[in-house]
Amino acid sequence: MANLKNVTKKTKAQAMGMHSEVLTGRTQQKFFNPDEAENFYYFGTYDVDFNKRTDLDVKNLTAAEANKELDNLMSQGYGTIVIKNPQGKHSLGVGILNKLNLIFEGSLGYFGMGSSDGPIVRINGRVGWSCAENLMAGKVVIEKNAGSCFGAAIRGGDLICKGSVGARTGIDMKGGTIIIGGDAGAFTGFMMQRGRIIILGDVGINLGDSMYDGTIFVGGEIGSYGSDAVDSELTQSDQDWLRRKLRVAEIGENFDVSKMKKIVAGKKLWNYDNLEPAEKKGAI
Amino acid sequence: MCGIAGLIHRGKSSNVGHELQGMLQALKHRGEDSTGYALYGDTDGKNFIMRFKVGENVGEGSTSVAEDVSVYDERKKIVDSYLAEMGAKIIKEERILPYSLRYEIEYNKKDLLEFSQKIESIPGVEILSMGKSLEVIKDLGNAKMVCDRYNLDKLVGTHAIGHARMATESGVDIKSAHPFWGYPFSDVSVVHNGQLTNYWNNRRALENKGMRFMSECDSELIAVYLAEKMRDGASLEEGMKESLTGLDGVFTYFVATKDSLGMAKDTMAAKPLVLYESDDLVAMGSEEIAIRSILPQEIDTYDPFDGEVKVWQI
Repeated sequence: MANLKNVTKKTKAQAMGMHSEVLTGRTQQKFFNPDEAENFYYFGTYDVDFNKRTDLDVKNLTAAEANKELDNLMSQGYGTIVIKNPQGKHSLGVGILNKLNLIFEGSLGYFGMGSSDGPIVRINGRVGWSCAENLMAGKVVIEKNAGSCFGAAIRGGDLICKGSVGARTGIDMKGGTIIIGGDAGAFTGFMMQRGRIIILGDVGINLGDSMYDGTIFVGGEIGSYGSDAVDSELTQSDQDWLRRKLRVAEIGENFDVSKMKKIVAGKKLWNYDNLEPAEKKGAI
Repeated sequence: MCGIAGLIHRGKSSNVGHELQGMLQALKHRGEDSTGYALYGDTDGKNFIMRFKVGENVGEGSTSVAEDVSVYDERKKIVDSYLAEMGAKIIKEERILPYSLRYEIEYNKKDLLEFSQKIESIPGVEILSMGKSLEVIKDLGNAKMVCDRYNLDKLVGTHAIGHARMATESGVDIKSAHPFWGYPFSDVSVVHNGQLTNYWNNRRALENKGMRFMSECDSELIAVYLAEKMRDGASLEEGMKESLTGLDGVFTYFVATKDSLGMAKDTMAAKPLVLYESDDLVAMGSEEIAIRSILPQEIDTYDPFDGEVKVWQI
Protein backbone atom coordinates (compact mmCIF):
# COMPACT_ATOMS: atom_id res chain seq x y z
CA MET A 1 0.00 0.00 0.00
CA ALA A 2 1.25 3.43 -0.86
CA ASN A 3 1.96 6.06 1.73
CA LEU A 4 -1.36 7.82 2.28
CA LYS A 5 0.21 11.27 2.21
CA ASN A 6 1.33 10.72 -1.36
CA VAL A 7 -1.75 9.11 -2.87
CA THR A 8 -4.34 11.12 -4.74
CA LYS A 9 -7.79 11.60 -3.31
CA LYS A 10 -9.22 9.44 -6.06
CA THR A 11 -7.28 6.37 -5.00
CA LYS A 12 -7.10 7.02 -1.27
CA ALA A 13 -10.10 4.86 -0.46
CA GLN A 14 -8.57 2.07 -2.51
CA ALA A 15 -5.22 2.47 -0.79
CA MET A 16 -6.92 2.22 2.60
CA GLY A 17 -8.42 -1.11 1.61
CA MET A 18 -11.98 0.18 1.49
CA HIS A 19 -12.36 -1.19 -1.99
CA SER A 20 -10.05 -2.25 -4.77
CA GLU A 21 -12.04 -2.28 -7.98
CA VAL A 22 -11.87 0.64 -10.39
CA LEU A 23 -15.28 2.21 -10.63
CA THR A 24 -16.21 3.27 -14.14
CA GLY A 25 -19.22 4.71 -15.89
CA ARG A 26 -21.80 7.11 -14.56
CA THR A 27 -22.70 6.95 -10.91
CA GLN A 28 -25.98 7.51 -9.18
CA GLN A 29 -24.20 8.01 -5.88
CA LYS A 30 -25.10 11.23 -4.09
CA PHE A 31 -22.11 12.88 -2.52
CA PHE A 32 -22.15 14.60 0.84
CA ASN A 33 -22.50 18.36 0.73
CA PRO A 34 -22.16 20.13 4.10
CA ASP A 35 -24.07 23.13 2.80
CA GLU A 36 -27.26 21.15 2.38
CA ALA A 37 -29.22 21.05 5.60
CA GLU A 38 -31.00 17.82 4.71
CA ASN A 39 -27.69 16.00 4.94
CA PHE A 40 -27.70 16.38 8.70
CA TYR A 41 -31.15 15.24 9.76
CA TYR A 42 -33.54 12.56 8.70
CA PHE A 43 -37.22 13.29 8.81
CA GLY A 44 -38.61 12.69 12.29
CA THR A 45 -35.29 12.81 14.11
CA TYR A 46 -34.27 15.05 16.99
CA ASP A 47 -31.60 17.49 17.99
CA VAL A 48 -30.59 16.15 21.40
CA ASP A 49 -28.33 17.40 24.18
CA PHE A 50 -25.67 14.90 25.33
CA ASN A 51 -25.62 16.57 28.77
CA LYS A 52 -29.30 15.87 29.29
CA ARG A 53 -29.38 12.37 30.80
CA THR A 54 -32.10 9.98 31.95
CA ASP A 55 -32.78 6.31 32.73
CA LEU A 56 -35.37 4.03 31.14
CA ASP A 57 -36.33 0.74 32.82
CA VAL A 58 -37.72 -1.59 30.15
CA LYS A 59 -38.28 -4.61 32.40
CA ASN A 60 -42.04 -4.53 32.03
CA LEU A 61 -42.18 -3.07 28.53
CA THR A 62 -42.41 -4.86 25.21
CA ALA A 63 -39.76 -4.04 22.62
CA ALA A 64 -42.22 -1.85 20.73
CA GLU A 65 -43.18 0.04 23.89
CA ALA A 66 -39.52 0.46 24.88
CA ASN A 67 -38.55 1.81 21.45
CA LYS A 68 -41.50 4.19 21.48
CA GLU A 69 -40.51 5.50 24.91
CA LEU A 70 -36.93 5.89 23.69
CA ASP A 71 -38.22 7.97 20.81
CA ASN A 72 -40.30 10.01 23.21
CA LEU A 73 -37.25 10.76 25.39
CA MET A 74 -35.23 11.83 22.35
CA SER A 75 -38.07 14.13 21.33
CA GLN A 76 -37.67 15.80 24.74
CA GLY A 77 -34.01 16.43 23.98
CA TYR A 78 -32.41 13.71 26.10
CA GLY A 79 -29.04 12.93 24.52
CA THR A 80 -27.78 10.37 27.04
CA ILE A 81 -30.15 7.54 27.86
CA VAL A 82 -29.42 4.53 30.08
CA ILE A 83 -31.62 1.50 29.37
CA LYS A 84 -32.04 -0.71 32.42
CA ASN A 85 -33.13 -4.37 32.50
CA PRO A 86 -33.19 -5.12 28.75
CA GLN A 87 -33.05 -8.84 29.73
CA GLY A 88 -32.42 -10.21 26.25
CA LYS A 89 -35.41 -8.54 24.59
CA HIS A 90 -35.35 -8.47 20.80
CA SER A 91 -35.22 -5.43 18.53
CA LEU A 92 -34.31 -2.85 21.15
CA GLY A 93 -32.89 0.45 19.93
CA VAL A 94 -33.63 -0.12 16.26
CA GLY A 95 -33.90 2.66 13.72
CA ILE A 96 -32.24 5.48 15.68
CA LEU A 97 -31.26 8.02 13.04
CA ASN A 98 -29.75 10.82 15.09
CA LYS A 99 -26.85 11.42 17.43
CA LEU A 100 -27.43 9.82 20.80
CA ASN A 101 -25.39 8.44 23.65
CA LEU A 102 -27.14 5.18 24.53
CA ILE A 103 -26.12 2.74 27.26
CA PHE A 104 -27.72 -0.67 27.80
CA GLU A 105 -27.19 -2.10 31.28
CA GLY A 106 -27.68 -5.73 30.34
CA SER A 107 -28.03 -7.97 27.30
CA LEU A 108 -30.02 -7.67 24.09
CA GLY A 109 -31.74 -10.33 21.99
CA TYR A 110 -32.01 -10.37 18.21
CA PHE A 111 -31.65 -7.33 15.93
CA GLY A 112 -30.47 -4.98 18.69
CA MET A 113 -29.57 -1.53 17.31
CA GLY A 114 -30.53 -2.58 13.78
CA SER A 115 -30.82 -0.01 10.96
CA SER A 116 -29.32 2.81 12.98
CA ASP A 117 -27.44 5.85 11.75
CA GLY A 118 -25.39 7.90 14.18
CA PRO A 119 -25.78 6.82 17.81
CA ILE A 120 -22.89 5.96 20.12
CA VAL A 121 -23.96 2.81 21.96
CA ARG A 122 -22.44 0.78 24.78
CA ILE A 123 -24.01 -2.56 25.69
CA ASN A 124 -22.78 -3.89 29.03
CA GLY A 125 -23.86 -7.43 28.22
CA ARG A 126 -24.28 -9.83 25.35
CA VAL A 127 -26.15 -9.39 22.08
CA GLY A 128 -28.11 -11.98 20.09
CA TRP A 129 -28.24 -12.58 16.35
CA SER A 130 -27.93 -9.77 13.82
CA CYS A 131 -26.79 -7.02 16.15
CA ALA A 132 -26.53 -3.62 14.42
CA GLU A 133 -27.68 -5.06 11.11
CA ASN A 134 -27.52 -2.41 8.39
CA LEU A 135 -25.73 0.13 10.63
CA MET A 136 -25.03 3.28 8.62
CA ALA A 137 -22.88 5.29 11.02
CA GLY A 138 -22.03 5.59 14.70
CA LYS A 139 -20.35 3.26 17.12
CA VAL A 140 -21.70 0.20 18.93
CA VAL A 141 -19.58 -1.42 21.65
CA ILE A 142 -20.53 -4.79 23.16
CA GLU A 143 -18.73 -5.66 26.38
CA LYS A 144 -19.43 -9.42 26.28
CA ASN A 145 -20.19 -11.92 23.48
CA ALA A 146 -22.31 -11.61 20.35
CA GLY A 147 -24.44 -14.08 18.39
CA SER A 148 -24.34 -14.92 14.70
CA CYS A 149 -24.69 -12.48 11.79
CA PHE A 150 -22.99 -9.78 13.87
CA GLY A 151 -22.94 -6.59 11.79
CA ALA A 152 -24.77 -8.11 8.84
CA ALA A 153 -24.88 -5.74 5.85
CA ILE A 154 -23.48 -2.74 7.73
CA ARG A 155 -22.59 0.21 5.54
CA GLY A 156 -20.57 2.31 7.96
CA GLY A 157 -19.67 2.96 11.55
CA ASP A 158 -17.66 0.95 14.04
CA LEU A 159 -19.02 -2.23 15.56
CA ILE A 160 -16.92 -3.58 18.41
CA CYS A 161 -17.38 -6.80 20.36
CA LYS A 162 -14.94 -7.35 23.19
CA GLY A 163 -15.87 -11.03 23.53
CA SER A 164 -16.42 -13.73 20.90
CA VAL A 165 -18.96 -13.72 18.08
CA GLY A 166 -20.94 -16.44 16.29
CA ALA A 167 -21.07 -17.45 12.62
CA ARG A 168 -21.39 -15.25 9.52
CA THR A 169 -20.03 -12.10 11.16
CA GLY A 170 -20.05 -9.22 8.68
CA ILE A 171 -22.09 -11.15 6.13
CA ASP A 172 -22.78 -8.95 3.11
CA MET A 173 -21.21 -5.89 4.77
CA LYS A 174 -20.79 -2.91 2.51
CA GLY A 175 -18.60 -0.64 4.61
CA GLY A 176 -17.60 0.24 8.14
CA THR A 177 -15.39 -1.67 10.55
CA ILE A 178 -16.10 -4.67 12.74
CA ILE A 179 -13.63 -5.35 15.57
CA ILE A 180 -13.73 -8.55 17.60
CA GLY A 181 -11.63 -9.05 20.70
CA GLY A 182 -12.18 -12.81 20.96
CA ASP A 183 -12.88 -15.57 18.45
CA ALA A 184 -15.24 -15.58 15.46
CA GLY A 185 -17.30 -18.46 14.05
CA ALA A 186 -17.64 -20.03 10.59
CA PHE A 187 -18.24 -18.01 7.40
CA THR A 188 -16.92 -14.76 8.86
CA GLY A 189 -16.99 -12.09 6.14
CA PHE A 190 -19.29 -14.22 3.96
CA MET A 191 -20.06 -12.31 0.74
CA MET A 192 -18.65 -9.07 2.16
CA GLN A 193 -18.40 -6.28 -0.38
CA ARG A 194 -16.62 -3.45 1.39
CA GLY A 195 -15.26 -2.50 4.78
CA ARG A 196 -12.93 -4.19 7.18
CA ILE A 197 -13.13 -6.87 9.85
CA ILE A 198 -10.53 -7.23 12.60
CA ILE A 199 -10.44 -10.43 14.66
CA LEU A 200 -7.86 -10.66 17.41
CA GLY A 201 -8.60 -14.30 18.22
CA ASP A 202 -9.18 -17.42 16.14
CA VAL A 203 -11.70 -17.70 13.34
CA GLY A 204 -13.71 -20.71 12.10
CA ILE A 205 -14.01 -22.40 8.74
CA ASN A 206 -14.68 -20.73 5.38
CA LEU A 207 -13.32 -17.31 6.27
CA GLY A 208 -14.25 -14.68 3.70
CA ASP A 209 -16.20 -17.12 1.56
CA SER A 210 -17.26 -15.51 -1.73
CA MET A 211 -16.08 -12.11 -0.58
CA TYR A 212 -16.29 -9.51 -3.31
CA ASP A 213 -14.03 -6.95 -1.74
CA GLY A 214 -12.95 -5.52 1.60
CA THR A 215 -10.29 -6.72 4.01
CA ILE A 216 -10.18 -9.12 6.95
CA PHE A 217 -7.39 -9.04 9.54
CA VAL A 218 -6.93 -12.09 11.78
CA GLY A 219 -4.69 -12.32 14.83
CA GLY A 220 -5.18 -16.01 15.67
CA GLU A 221 -5.65 -19.28 13.81
CA ILE A 222 -7.85 -19.60 10.72
CA GLY A 223 -10.07 -22.72 10.46
CA SER A 224 -10.04 -22.60 6.66
CA TYR A 225 -10.29 -20.11 3.82
CA GLY A 226 -13.52 -19.73 1.93
CA SER A 227 -13.87 -19.65 -1.82
CA ASP A 228 -11.89 -16.77 -3.35
CA ALA A 229 -10.40 -15.56 -0.04
CA VAL A 230 -6.63 -15.16 -0.30
CA ASP A 231 -3.74 -13.88 1.79
CA SER A 232 -2.33 -10.44 1.13
CA GLU A 233 0.71 -8.56 2.36
CA LEU A 234 0.27 -6.70 5.65
CA THR A 235 1.78 -3.29 4.96
CA GLN A 236 3.06 -0.67 7.35
CA SER A 237 -0.01 1.46 6.58
CA ASP A 238 -2.22 -1.46 7.58
CA GLN A 239 -0.39 -1.84 10.86
CA ASP A 240 -0.63 1.88 11.62
CA TRP A 241 -4.33 1.83 10.89
CA LEU A 242 -4.87 -1.31 13.01
CA ARG A 243 -3.05 0.20 16.00
CA ARG A 244 -5.06 3.41 15.74
CA LYS A 245 -8.34 1.58 15.35
CA LEU A 246 -7.71 -0.76 18.29
CA ARG A 247 -6.65 2.15 20.49
CA VAL A 248 -9.81 4.10 19.67
CA ALA A 249 -11.89 0.96 20.23
CA GLU A 250 -10.22 0.43 23.64
CA ILE A 251 -9.53 -3.17 22.76
CA GLY A 252 -6.42 -5.34 22.38
CA GLU A 253 -4.03 -3.09 24.25
CA ASN A 254 -0.43 -4.22 23.53
CA PHE A 255 -1.67 -6.59 20.80
CA ASP A 256 1.10 -7.23 18.27
CA VAL A 257 -0.60 -6.24 15.00
CA SER A 258 2.54 -6.95 12.95
CA LYS A 259 1.80 -10.69 13.15
CA MET A 260 -1.79 -10.39 11.92
CA LYS A 261 -2.85 -12.05 8.70
CA LYS A 262 -4.53 -9.99 6.00
CA ILE A 263 -7.16 -11.65 3.83
CA VAL A 264 -8.67 -10.11 0.73
CA ALA A 265 -10.75 -11.21 -2.28
CA GLY A 266 -8.89 -13.22 -4.91
CA LYS A 267 -11.28 -11.75 -7.51
CA LYS A 268 -11.60 -15.06 -9.32
CA LEU A 269 -15.35 -14.81 -8.83
CA TRP A 270 -15.54 -11.46 -10.55
CA ASN A 271 -17.42 -12.36 -13.69
CA TYR A 272 -19.94 -9.56 -13.84
CA ASP A 273 -18.22 -7.92 -16.81
CA ASN A 274 -18.74 -11.06 -18.84
CA LEU A 275 -22.36 -11.34 -17.89
CA GLU A 276 -23.45 -7.77 -18.24
CA PRO A 277 -23.12 -7.43 -22.04
CA ALA A 278 -25.19 -10.57 -22.52
CA GLU A 279 -27.83 -9.24 -20.17
CA LYS A 280 -27.88 -5.92 -21.98
CA LYS A 281 -28.27 -7.68 -25.28
CA GLY A 282 -31.18 -9.64 -23.91
CA ALA A 283 -32.80 -6.49 -22.63
CA ILE A 284 -32.44 -4.74 -25.96
CA MET B 1 -38.81 -22.18 12.98
CA CYS B 2 -39.24 -24.02 16.33
CA GLY B 3 -37.58 -23.24 19.64
CA ILE B 4 -35.71 -25.54 21.98
CA ALA B 5 -34.68 -25.18 25.59
CA GLY B 6 -32.90 -27.28 28.16
CA LEU B 7 -31.41 -27.10 31.60
CA ILE B 8 -29.48 -29.29 34.00
CA HIS B 9 -28.92 -28.74 37.70
CA ARG B 10 -25.67 -30.20 38.86
CA GLY B 11 -25.59 -31.60 42.37
CA LYS B 12 -29.19 -30.78 43.25
CA SER B 13 -32.81 -31.04 42.18
CA SER B 14 -35.17 -28.25 41.33
CA ASN B 15 -38.66 -27.57 40.06
CA VAL B 16 -37.67 -28.35 36.46
CA GLY B 17 -41.27 -28.62 35.26
CA HIS B 18 -41.95 -25.01 36.21
CA GLU B 19 -38.58 -23.79 34.96
CA LEU B 20 -38.88 -25.44 31.55
CA GLN B 21 -42.44 -24.17 31.19
CA GLY B 22 -41.14 -20.62 31.65
CA MET B 23 -38.33 -21.14 29.14
CA LEU B 24 -40.59 -22.64 26.48
CA GLN B 25 -43.31 -20.07 27.00
CA ALA B 26 -40.71 -17.35 26.35
CA LEU B 27 -40.08 -19.06 23.00
CA LYS B 28 -43.71 -19.47 22.00
CA HIS B 29 -43.33 -16.99 19.14
CA ARG B 30 -41.08 -19.59 17.50
CA GLY B 31 -44.02 -21.97 17.24
CA GLU B 32 -46.98 -23.10 19.29
CA ASP B 33 -48.47 -25.85 17.15
CA SER B 34 -47.30 -28.24 19.82
CA THR B 35 -45.05 -28.21 22.85
CA GLY B 36 -43.17 -31.07 24.43
CA TYR B 37 -41.33 -31.70 27.66
CA ALA B 38 -38.78 -34.37 28.53
CA LEU B 39 -38.50 -34.18 32.30
CA TYR B 40 -36.07 -36.19 34.40
CA GLY B 41 -37.80 -36.41 37.75
CA ASP B 42 -36.60 -37.58 41.12
CA THR B 43 -37.62 -41.22 41.53
CA ASP B 44 -36.42 -44.18 43.56
CA GLY B 45 -35.20 -45.74 40.30
CA LYS B 46 -36.91 -49.08 40.94
CA ASN B 47 -39.78 -48.98 38.48
CA PHE B 48 -40.16 -47.90 34.88
CA ILE B 49 -42.36 -44.95 34.03
CA MET B 50 -44.12 -45.44 30.71
CA ARG B 51 -45.85 -42.48 29.08
CA PHE B 52 -47.92 -43.56 26.11
CA LYS B 53 -50.82 -42.50 23.98
CA VAL B 54 -53.72 -44.55 22.67
CA GLY B 55 -54.90 -41.87 20.28
CA GLU B 56 -54.29 -38.35 19.07
CA ASN B 57 -55.47 -34.96 20.24
CA VAL B 58 -58.06 -34.07 17.61
CA GLY B 59 -58.74 -30.59 18.98
CA GLU B 60 -58.54 -27.31 17.13
CA GLY B 61 -55.61 -27.13 14.73
CA SER B 62 -54.95 -30.86 14.75
CA THR B 63 -54.34 -32.68 11.48
CA SER B 64 -55.40 -36.03 13.00
CA VAL B 65 -58.56 -37.93 12.20
CA ALA B 66 -61.16 -37.98 14.98
CA GLU B 67 -61.81 -41.32 16.65
CA ASP B 68 -64.44 -42.50 19.10
CA VAL B 69 -63.21 -42.50 22.70
CA SER B 70 -64.33 -46.11 23.01
CA VAL B 71 -61.46 -47.04 20.68
CA TYR B 72 -59.04 -45.61 23.22
CA ASP B 73 -60.54 -47.83 25.93
CA GLU B 74 -60.16 -50.90 23.73
CA ARG B 75 -56.52 -50.09 23.03
CA LYS B 76 -55.82 -49.53 26.71
CA LYS B 77 -57.27 -52.94 27.53
CA ILE B 78 -54.98 -54.59 24.99
CA VAL B 79 -51.96 -52.70 26.40
CA ASP B 80 -52.86 -53.95 29.89
CA SER B 81 -53.17 -57.53 28.67
CA TYR B 82 -49.85 -57.39 26.79
CA LEU B 83 -48.12 -56.01 29.88
CA ALA B 84 -49.47 -58.91 31.92
CA GLU B 85 -48.29 -61.35 29.23
CA MET B 86 -44.76 -59.95 29.38
CA GLY B 87 -44.64 -60.10 33.16
CA ALA B 88 -44.83 -56.34 33.64
CA LYS B 89 -46.77 -55.38 36.75
CA ILE B 90 -48.63 -52.06 36.79
CA ILE B 91 -47.86 -50.36 40.12
CA LYS B 92 -49.65 -47.10 39.44
CA GLU B 93 -51.92 -45.97 36.62
CA GLU B 94 -52.91 -42.44 35.64
CA ARG B 95 -55.12 -41.50 32.74
CA ILE B 96 -54.43 -37.80 32.39
CA LEU B 97 -56.50 -37.41 29.23
CA PRO B 98 -58.60 -39.96 27.33
CA TYR B 99 -55.72 -40.54 24.90
CA SER B 100 -52.75 -40.04 27.23
CA LEU B 101 -51.64 -42.34 30.02
CA ARG B 102 -48.85 -42.74 32.57
CA TYR B 103 -47.99 -46.11 34.06
CA GLU B 104 -45.49 -47.01 36.72
CA ILE B 105 -44.39 -50.52 35.87
CA GLU B 106 -42.37 -53.16 37.63
CA TYR B 107 -40.44 -54.85 34.84
CA ASN B 108 -37.17 -56.68 35.37
CA LYS B 109 -35.82 -57.15 31.85
CA LYS B 110 -33.26 -54.62 30.65
CA ASP B 111 -33.89 -54.96 26.92
CA LEU B 112 -36.85 -52.77 26.04
CA LEU B 113 -36.90 -53.58 22.33
CA GLU B 114 -39.12 -56.63 22.54
CA PHE B 115 -41.32 -54.88 25.12
CA SER B 116 -41.76 -51.79 22.97
CA GLN B 117 -42.39 -53.72 19.77
CA LYS B 118 -45.13 -55.71 21.50
CA ILE B 119 -46.90 -52.64 22.90
CA GLU B 120 -46.60 -50.66 19.68
CA SER B 121 -47.93 -53.55 17.61
CA ILE B 122 -51.34 -52.31 18.76
CA PRO B 123 -52.54 -49.87 16.08
CA GLY B 124 -52.79 -46.30 17.39
CA VAL B 125 -50.60 -46.94 20.42
CA GLU B 126 -47.24 -45.21 20.79
CA ILE B 127 -44.87 -45.19 23.73
CA LEU B 128 -43.83 -41.58 24.22
CA SER B 129 -41.15 -42.47 26.71
CA MET B 130 -39.88 -45.33 28.80
CA GLY B 131 -37.40 -44.91 31.58
CA LYS B 132 -36.77 -44.87 35.30
CA SER B 133 -36.54 -41.09 35.42
CA LEU B 134 -37.62 -39.76 32.01
CA GLU B 135 -41.16 -38.64 31.30
CA VAL B 136 -42.01 -37.25 27.84
CA ILE B 137 -45.16 -35.16 27.76
CA LYS B 138 -46.18 -33.57 24.47
CA ASP B 139 -49.39 -32.21 23.11
CA LEU B 140 -50.87 -29.48 20.94
CA GLY B 141 -50.68 -25.87 22.10
CA ASN B 142 -48.12 -23.64 23.75
CA ALA B 143 -46.00 -24.45 26.80
CA LYS B 144 -48.42 -23.11 29.37
CA MET B 145 -51.39 -24.92 27.87
CA VAL B 146 -49.56 -28.25 27.88
CA CYS B 147 -48.13 -27.65 31.34
CA ASP B 148 -51.58 -26.88 32.77
CA ARG B 149 -53.19 -29.81 30.95
CA TYR B 150 -50.69 -32.30 32.38
CA ASN B 151 -49.98 -30.63 35.77
CA LEU B 152 -46.25 -30.37 35.13
CA ASP B 153 -45.70 -27.23 37.13
CA LYS B 154 -44.63 -28.99 40.32
CA LEU B 155 -42.45 -31.71 38.86
CA VAL B 156 -39.11 -31.84 40.66
CA GLY B 157 -36.03 -33.25 38.98
CA THR B 158 -32.48 -32.65 37.87
CA HIS B 159 -32.73 -31.82 34.19
CA ALA B 160 -35.12 -31.33 31.31
CA ILE B 161 -35.32 -30.51 27.61
CA GLY B 162 -38.26 -29.15 25.67
CA HIS B 163 -39.50 -27.99 22.32
CA ALA B 164 -41.94 -25.40 20.99
CA ARG B 165 -42.92 -26.52 17.49
CA MET B 166 -43.94 -24.74 14.36
CA ALA B 167 -45.02 -27.62 12.12
CA THR B 168 -43.45 -27.52 8.67
CA GLU B 169 -42.81 -30.80 6.92
CA SER B 170 -45.18 -33.02 8.90
CA GLY B 171 -48.57 -32.80 10.60
CA VAL B 172 -49.82 -30.99 13.66
CA ASP B 173 -50.18 -34.00 15.92
CA ILE B 174 -48.62 -35.59 18.98
CA LYS B 175 -46.71 -38.22 17.04
CA SER B 176 -44.77 -35.48 15.17
CA ALA B 177 -44.21 -33.39 18.27
CA HIS B 178 -40.88 -33.34 20.08
CA PRO B 179 -39.19 -34.58 22.25
CA PHE B 180 -38.59 -37.97 20.71
CA TRP B 181 -37.77 -40.92 22.85
CA GLY B 182 -34.46 -42.64 21.92
CA TYR B 183 -36.31 -45.91 21.30
CA PRO B 184 -35.62 -48.52 22.64
CA PHE B 185 -33.15 -47.05 25.12
CA SER B 186 -34.34 -46.27 28.60
CA ASP B 187 -34.27 -42.57 29.57
CA VAL B 188 -32.98 -41.12 26.26
CA SER B 189 -34.76 -38.16 24.64
CA VAL B 190 -34.05 -35.67 21.83
CA VAL B 191 -35.30 -32.24 20.72
CA HIS B 192 -34.24 -30.56 17.49
CA ASN B 193 -34.42 -27.22 15.75
CA GLY B 194 -33.65 -27.28 12.02
CA GLN B 195 -34.15 -29.35 8.89
CA LEU B 196 -32.43 -32.60 7.94
CA THR B 197 -31.97 -33.02 4.23
CA ASN B 198 -30.82 -36.65 4.10
CA TYR B 199 -33.75 -37.91 6.17
CA TRP B 200 -35.01 -40.54 3.74
CA ASN B 201 -31.57 -41.96 2.93
CA ASN B 202 -30.81 -42.34 6.62
CA ARG B 203 -34.28 -43.60 7.44
CA ARG B 204 -34.15 -46.36 4.82
CA ALA B 205 -30.70 -47.43 6.02
CA LEU B 206 -31.75 -47.46 9.67
CA GLU B 207 -35.00 -49.29 9.00
CA ASN B 208 -33.00 -51.97 7.19
CA LYS B 209 -31.00 -52.31 10.41
CA GLY B 210 -34.20 -52.89 12.41
CA MET B 211 -34.73 -49.41 13.84
CA ARG B 212 -38.28 -48.05 14.23
CA PHE B 213 -39.80 -44.74 13.11
CA MET B 214 -43.20 -43.63 14.36
CA SER B 215 -43.64 -40.37 12.43
CA GLU B 216 -42.46 -38.68 9.26
CA CYS B 217 -40.88 -35.83 11.20
CA ASP B 218 -37.21 -35.41 10.21
CA SER B 219 -36.25 -34.68 13.80
CA GLU B 220 -37.13 -38.22 14.85
CA LEU B 221 -34.17 -39.32 12.77
CA ILE B 222 -31.75 -37.84 15.33
CA ALA B 223 -33.16 -39.96 18.16
CA VAL B 224 -33.09 -43.10 16.01
CA TYR B 225 -29.63 -42.28 14.63
CA LEU B 226 -28.16 -41.87 18.12
CA ALA B 227 -29.99 -44.94 19.42
CA GLU B 228 -28.46 -47.03 16.63
CA LYS B 229 -24.97 -45.73 17.40
CA MET B 230 -25.41 -46.55 21.08
CA ARG B 231 -26.81 -49.97 20.21
CA ASP B 232 -23.57 -50.61 18.37
CA GLY B 233 -21.51 -49.66 21.43
CA ALA B 234 -20.77 -45.95 20.92
CA SER B 235 -21.09 -43.55 23.84
CA LEU B 236 -23.64 -40.75 23.62
CA GLU B 237 -20.93 -38.18 22.95
CA GLU B 238 -19.32 -40.34 20.25
CA GLY B 239 -22.69 -40.77 18.55
CA MET B 240 -23.32 -37.03 18.68
CA LYS B 241 -19.93 -36.27 17.13
CA GLU B 242 -20.60 -38.76 14.34
CA SER B 243 -23.95 -37.12 13.71
CA LEU B 244 -22.22 -33.89 12.63
CA THR B 245 -21.20 -35.61 9.40
CA GLY B 246 -23.83 -38.37 9.28
CA LEU B 247 -26.72 -35.93 9.34
CA ASP B 248 -26.99 -33.42 6.53
CA GLY B 249 -28.80 -30.12 6.83
CA VAL B 250 -29.01 -27.46 9.50
CA PHE B 251 -29.60 -28.35 13.08
CA THR B 252 -29.11 -27.64 16.73
CA TYR B 253 -30.28 -30.46 18.94
CA PHE B 254 -30.27 -31.52 22.59
CA VAL B 255 -30.07 -35.05 23.92
CA ALA B 256 -30.72 -36.06 27.48
CA THR B 257 -30.10 -39.31 29.31
CA LYS B 258 -30.76 -40.32 32.90
CA ASP B 259 -27.74 -38.44 34.18
CA SER B 260 -26.56 -36.17 31.35
CA LEU B 261 -27.51 -33.44 28.93
CA GLY B 262 -25.83 -32.78 25.59
CA MET B 263 -25.99 -30.34 22.70
CA ALA B 264 -24.75 -30.47 19.11
CA LYS B 265 -24.62 -27.76 16.48
CA ASP B 266 -24.16 -28.36 12.76
CA THR B 267 -21.04 -27.33 10.87
CA MET B 268 -22.83 -24.38 9.23
CA ALA B 269 -23.94 -23.00 12.62
CA ALA B 270 -27.17 -22.09 10.90
CA LYS B 271 -29.48 -22.57 13.85
CA PRO B 272 -29.33 -20.45 16.97
CA LEU B 273 -28.31 -21.51 20.44
CA VAL B 274 -27.45 -19.44 23.48
CA LEU B 275 -25.76 -21.09 26.41
CA TYR B 276 -25.29 -20.25 30.07
CA GLU B 277 -22.92 -22.39 32.09
CA SER B 278 -22.06 -22.26 35.78
CA ASP B 279 -20.85 -24.79 38.36
CA ASP B 280 -24.36 -25.74 39.44
CA LEU B 281 -26.54 -24.95 36.43
CA VAL B 282 -26.42 -25.15 32.64
CA ALA B 283 -29.29 -23.53 30.77
CA MET B 284 -29.63 -23.16 27.03
CA GLY B 285 -32.18 -22.16 24.47
CA SER B 286 -32.78 -20.90 20.97
CA GLU B 287 -32.90 -17.36 22.32
CA GLU B 288 -31.55 -15.63 25.38
CA ILE B 289 -35.01 -14.70 26.60
CA ALA B 290 -35.58 -18.37 27.39
CA ILE B 291 -32.66 -18.35 29.80
CA ARG B 292 -33.72 -14.98 31.18
CA SER B 293 -37.06 -16.45 32.22
CA ILE B 294 -35.27 -18.43 34.95
CA LEU B 295 -32.22 -16.19 35.43
CA PRO B 296 -33.36 -12.57 35.28
CA GLN B 297 -30.13 -11.24 36.79
CA GLU B 298 -27.21 -10.23 34.59
CA ILE B 299 -25.31 -13.33 33.47
CA ASP B 300 -22.66 -14.28 30.92
CA THR B 301 -23.96 -16.23 27.94
CA TYR B 302 -22.46 -17.24 24.61
CA ASP B 303 -23.22 -18.92 21.30
CA PRO B 304 -21.50 -22.29 20.81
CA PHE B 305 -19.52 -22.40 17.56
CA ASP B 306 -20.15 -24.49 14.46
CA GLY B 307 -19.68 -28.25 14.83
CA GLU B 308 -19.59 -28.06 18.61
CA VAL B 309 -20.70 -30.94 20.83
CA LYS B 310 -20.96 -30.62 24.59
CA VAL B 311 -22.20 -33.00 27.27
CA TRP B 312 -22.79 -32.22 30.94
CA GLN B 313 -23.40 -34.62 33.83
CA ILE B 314 -25.76 -34.01 36.74
